[in-house]
Amino acid sequence: MPVEVKVPSVGESIKEGMIGTWRKASGDLVQRDEVLLDLETDKASVEIVAEVSGKLEILAKVGQVVKIGEVIANIDPSASMPAQTPTAAKESNAASTAKEADNGPAVRRMAAETGIDPNTLEGSGKDQRVTKGDMIHAQEKAATSPQTSKASPAQSSSAQSAPKGKNEPSAPVELPKLSGSAREDSRKPMSMMRRRIAERLVQSQNTAAILTTFNELDMTAVTELRKRYADKFQEKYNIKLGFMGFFIKAAVDALQTYPEINAFIDGNDVIYHNYCDFSVAVSTEKGLLTPVIRDCDKMSIAGIELAIAAMAKKARDNKISIDDLTGGTFTISNGGIFGSLMSTPIINPPQTAILGMHKTMLRPIVMPDGKIEARPMMYLALSYDHRMVDGKEAVQFLVRIKENLEDPARLLLGV
Amino acid sequence: MSDTYDLIVIGGGPGGYVAAIRGAQLGLKTACVEMRETLGGTCLNVGCIPSKALLESSHYYFRAKHEFASHGISFSELSFNLAEMIKRKNEVVSGMTGGVEFLFKKNKVTWLKGMGSIVKPGLVKVTAKDGTAVDYVGKNIMIATGSEPIAIPSAPFDHQLICDSTDALNWSSVPKHLVVVGGGVIGLEMASIWSRLGAKVTVLEALDKILGPMDRGISTALQKILEKEGITFELSTLLESTKIKGSSVGLTAKKDGKTVEFEADKVLVAVGRRPYTERLGLLDLGVELDARGRVKIDTHFKTNVPGIYAIGDAVQGPMLAHKAEEEGIAASEGIAGKAGHVNYEAIPGVVYTWPEVASVGATEEELKAKDVKYKKGQFNFRANGRAKAMGDSEGFVKVLADEKTDRLLGVHIIGPNASELIGEVAIAFEFGASAEDLARAVHAHPTLTEAIKEASLGVDGRMIHS
Repeated sequence: MPVEVKVPSVGESIKEGMIGTWRKASGDLVQRDEVLLDLETDKASVEIVAEVSGKLEILAKVGQVVKIGEVIANIDPSASMPAQTPTAAKESNAASTAKEADNGPAVRRMAAETGIDPNTLEGSGKDQRVTKGDMIHAQEKAATSPQTSKASPAQSSSAQSAPKGKNEPSAPVELPKLSGSAREDSRKPMSMMRRRIAERLVQSQNTAAILTTFNELDMTAVTELRKRYADKFQEKYNIKLGFMGFFIKAAVDALQTYPEINAFIDGNDVIYHNYCDFSVAVSTEKGLLTPVIRDCDKMSIAGIELAIAAMAKKARDNKISIDDLTGGTFTISNGGIFGSLMSTPIINPPQTAILGMHKTMLRPIVMPDGKIEARPMMYLALSYDHRMVDGKEAVQFLVRIKENLEDPARLLLGV
Repeated sequence: MSDTYDLIVIGGGPGGYVAAIRGAQLGLKTACVEMRETLGGTCLNVGCIPSKALLESSHYYFRAKHEFASHGISFSELSFNLAEMIKRKNEVVSGMTGGVEFLFKKNKVTWLKGMGSIVKPGLVKVTAKDGTAVDYVGKNIMIATGSEPIAIPSAPFDHQLICDSTDALNWSSVPKHLVVVGGGVIGLEMASIWSRLGAKVTVLEALDKILGPMDRGISTALQKILEKEGITFELSTLLESTKIKGSSVGLTAKKDGKTVEFEADKVLVAVGRRPYTERLGLLDLGVELDARGRVKIDTHFKTNVPGIYAIGDAVQGPMLAHKAEEEGIAASEGIAGKAGHVNYEAIPGVVYTWPEVASVGATEEELKAKDVKYKKGQFNFRANGRAKAMGDSEGFVKVLADEKTDRLLGVHIIGPNASELIGEVAIAFEFGASAEDLARAVHAHPTLTEAIKEASLGVDGRMIHS
């Protein structure tokens, strides 16, 4: 009896996902706990592993959107694992399923050589049979899409499942070359994540009454403080003292002063939070992620820095879980690392506000004594939902952050 | 008024009788109207079957005369009895037509003898030879009346000296000089029969190649082979007039602006066939015809008048018995509420000369005209073991496949038994196969089919035996 491979529940709010890459081909013999495929959800890419050992029969195509609980493959446990030699692997391919035997010889040859599973394609031949032309088109598509498995079934399965290969970035997209004489456009499907980002941003723009207020921040104090204690901090906590800890601490204080900004609108109610969970926008290869640093109100600056570092590593390693991305009561986004001087960030729903940090640069500033000095300045932007807060609170909230950072002693004293 | 039928098929040729049997199989109360004394239409009575019988007989004679010696067979005297050949041909025909009658009985298809015409939708009049007419109610009426030879004013049929293909199957003596007007399939098959039996044969063709729509490479190759066997071809030659002088015919034609004259004791006019629909009463019914007199149909074989269907030579498409059969089956299946379908991309065409010619799909000329990029593989029977052993190694297989997808676009064969060889190709087309699919399928050795495999390999430039 074949065992069904179903889309597992990967997170509370996830109802569907898209087949990203099949790491295995139909007819492959898979080991229990071997990664079968990458499922792309709107929040993250999830690896789905085999629950039993046996022969895999793939039912869902790359790019297909599947629901949680949907059967996407079968594993026939009666087929045993052969010795891990190339010849044995080849033979196992030759012993194909009945459905594969329906394919013509050219299709079978191409399947063996390219790793493209004809059973995942829509056939243009008689009774929807897959033709060689269909395979050629699929191969061309695969060449321009980063989401297709490059693994050849002729490779031994141990090589395929080696953890080394797992998190390698997807192959770069081959863009139309301008040097050639022919101009061409290429079309590829949006990744599930990109689609979700697009959907959420538009939803945010359409629901919230977004308004942005700006201020400027003199970074002299924080910079000096950081310089003075950088080594000691590093020594004690084994982590670099960055700016993010200061900003989050300053924002926590402001959020506690203006709790509406830390709250959500839910229908006609307002949900207040007695905790401050920060969504920190991180740019990854797959797109913008906002992992959540929880309970920032209870953490020291060191604790925050350590939490951010841990999350950044997870993001780089593509190990961010759905839970890591869920929640968050307020967002900080730093466009400054890319050189942005000013921007109007978009609120991450259902949150009420988002703080935008920008590039710090020396600018001539008129000091209280009338003299002009070059000071390290940063523009701060706060986009907020005007439905929830009025301009007065929002402006004061941002001023509060500015004051906390220009004179960090205020954080200590709570004034 | 008489019986009521679910389906009345008018015409008992290969399209009509097959449609009737299929209709009956599917539970329709079916009748088939046929005015000939025998069923089977042109194909069985005066077309495919009798011509193949005579082609076979004449081929045996020709081989004995010209080729047996090379196999080490000698004999002191060789002769043939034309009357016996014709008799054998007639026996073959009567066996076949009788077979269709038996199939009608077996499947409970009623044969309404007489000439059918459509009175109005749902009503068919059958007029017997003696002039008595009976009307039959047919909920569905299928026109399967086929075609008849086209007569040309420059050579009006007298059926003695100026003949059509039906006459040419029954001549009691071999003509001394036969002029065949028209270098198409029928003209060349008839030319072959009578040339092999000793007639001097001249073929007049208005176009610059024989076998009009066939691949030019094939046409050229066949012409060369037939010329070697003694047939003369006058291409780009348009017949202008004929004059009967006693027992012979003088023909005047124009070739390259010059007048050329021929003298023949028999003239066969084989310039094509036209739909045989005149006596059905279609004009009164308002059934639409196209410019060439063919009944207009939709993809389900429906005419513009509800309840009236048409198939075969009476409608558009190649005038081939197997095309008519498939249409008849599909039309009856449609009437019975099933999904009938004909794949017009995969209809083989065959010429029963020797070597035979057979093809499926597009010619090189067609692909070039449509600007389709293709790859080509060609393999000569000269390098095929079986053909060598048979002593029949003239001709070649040409495989044309899409440059990018490798899908088969056209396969053209000239060679021994090409008519049988094309079968595997038609199936490959039906399944949308690539040249590689044909190349990778195991072909028995030694067989002529290996030439198809090799030509398919040739598409990829990897022929083994060439």
